[in-house]
Amino acid sequence: MSYIHISLIRPLKRFNLRYLRRVLENAFGMKTNVVKSDLDISFAYDPSRGQYHASALLLRLSENPPADASRVLSITDADLFVPIFEYLFGEAQFNGLGAVISSYMLHNERYGLPADRVLLSERLSKEAIHELGHTFGLTHCFSPYCVMNPSTVVEQIDAKSMEFCAECRHKIEGKSA
Amino acid sequence: MDPQNTRVLIVDDEFSVRDSLRRWFKSYGCNVDTAEDANNALDKFKDQSWDIVLLDIKMPGMDGIELQRRIKEIDENIIRIIITAFATVDTAVQALKEGAYDYISKPINPAQLDHIIRNAIEKRSLISETTLLRRKVEELSLPEEIVGDSNAMSKVLQLVSEVAGTDSTVMIRGESGTGKELIARAIHANSNRKYFPIITINCGAYPEGLLESEIFGHEKGAFTGAQYTRKGKLELADKGTIFFDEIGNISMKMQMDLLRVLETKQFSRLGAEKTITTDFRVISATNRDLEQAVKDGNFREDLYFRLNVFTILLPPLRERDSDIEQLAGYFLKRIAKSMNKPVKEFTDEALEAFGQYSWPGNVRELRNVIERAIVVSKGDVIERADLSFPFTFEDCLPAVDSLDDVERLHIQRILNKTGWNVLQAAKLLGIDRSTLYAKIKKYDLSQ
Repeated sequence: MSYIHISLIRPLKRFNLRYLRRVLENAFGMKTNVVKSDLDISFAYDPSRGQYHASALLLRLSENPPADASRVLSITDADLFVPIFEYLFGEAQFNGLGAVISSYMLHNERYGLPADRVLLSERLSKEAIHELGHTFGLTHCFSPYCVMNPSTVVEQIDAKSMEFCAECRHKIEGKSA
Repeated sequence: MDPQNTRVLIVDDEFSVRDSLRRWFKSYGCNVDTAEDANNALDKFKDQSWDIVLLDIKMPGMDGIELQRRIKEIDENIIRIIITAFATVDTAVQALKEGAYDYISKPINPAQLDHIIRNAIEKRSLISETTLLRRKVEELSLPEEIVGDSNAMSKVLQLVSEVAGTDSTVMIRGESGTGKELIARAIHANSNRKYFPIITINCGAYPEGLLESEIFGHEKGAFTGAQYTRKGKLELADKGTIFFDEIGNISMKMQMDLLRVLETKQFSRLGAEKTITTDFRVISATNRDLEQAVKDGNFREDLYFRLNVFTILLPPLRERDSDIEQLAGYFLKRIAKSMNKPVKEFTDEALEAFGQYSWPGNVRELRNVIERAIVVSKGDVIERADLSFPFTFEDCLPAVDSLDDVERLHIQRILNKTGWNVLQAAKLLGIDRSTLYAKIKKYDLSQ
């Protein structure tokens, strides 16, 4: 049976992995499998920007996936970018296999607030569903509470729910079964 | 418009920029394409249109400022967003002055781009919606019921098209039922005020006190029964047109009040001290002999001259015989459709009766006769027996005694009916063309 292969790129900030697995399994109706990876991601580092190139990282992380994995989700702490943008929360291969998300812009300390592991886990989970949603061919949705609503700041992530709206749910059903 | 229906063109000489933006817009579900320079971008306008164009300011060859100028020439409603790596106030100001919707500096803050794009899609959507609504308003405001291509009606429509675009005050004269309000609406619909209301006030329908309140409005407590403040027709007509129907029926006091308003475009609601200024065009109509009313002292001469700047005289239906069949067909189609009746045509006898009747109630009477006929008709054809005329044919005969008078009127009627086609009229009259010319000369007939 196919599953979502989750790859944790160490070092990684602590978050509630069990919670993330549960919401992903609920959202896509498939099991998850977790591996911890010590992959050296310096190949994606751009010294002129002091950031990691998300597309290059995603390409490498999606290479040689487990044969029975339906999707590959990589989670990193790296500060991601693509050339034109200042930062990214994550990137996905549209209608493809892989997605990568980063906790770099998602944790409270970055904004001068006390650490909040629950909130970080929620934000990571929403981003994980969102990016994996793209791998199932979903585009951004403008229903404000849908998890596919685009988020460019953490407040937008916090404002939306963990769920797909009825229309996105309808689109994804069948594809993820 | 939602992002799925939005067409986005990205113009930048750097592949990585084009690729990142393409993928970003794809994730929104937009229909995206890219171009590496200005010429390539302009080529992409040959086959299709775009809603949003993001363009780099610095490119080899034609720069972004010039490109956005060219795109504006193609379609000024396309949202143009400038991307610049060298954000300076000067370039930003220049881009915005040239009509760019916004500008954004590299590297792009995703939150900023998201904000700009959401607003741009909203704006584009409003533009499309406004264009669509304007088109619909134009369709709805077409002078639908002005039917007829007789010489008399063609002249009227020519006058309507000449005066509509100006802001001149117009007076429409004509017998009752000739369609004066339709002409007023046609003038308004073809004027620059067409997106604002045309407010009609039937001056003959109100007692004096009430007419004053209708035209000027009133404050709460201005008179017994004035429980609420109410705007008058003049206020409602702001930026539009006010149509005074049956203007000949207003009292001397009302004439004086109206004259003052027409001169200053200022007035006060009844019971108010505050002066209101409005901008409206005046069209009036009457079936009265206003010149005689002025002579008799029943209508102010100064108001008469203020209202009677451009006159349109509507011919009675009997003087546009050639339009009757066309009008009858038009009403038949329209009314049968609204009543959901399968009536499709008139018998020849019914059409002949239309031609013989003199229509003292004009187009309105024709419409009523047809409406009644559709109600009583059994099949899909209206027969002579289905027609009921309010006046007898004898009532409609002109009060003449001599045979010469009868002949003169009959020839005039046939000439009108054929649109002054002498050959056709001569055939109908059963005489040759030269005889008809001789009779036209004898009776001094003219179009």
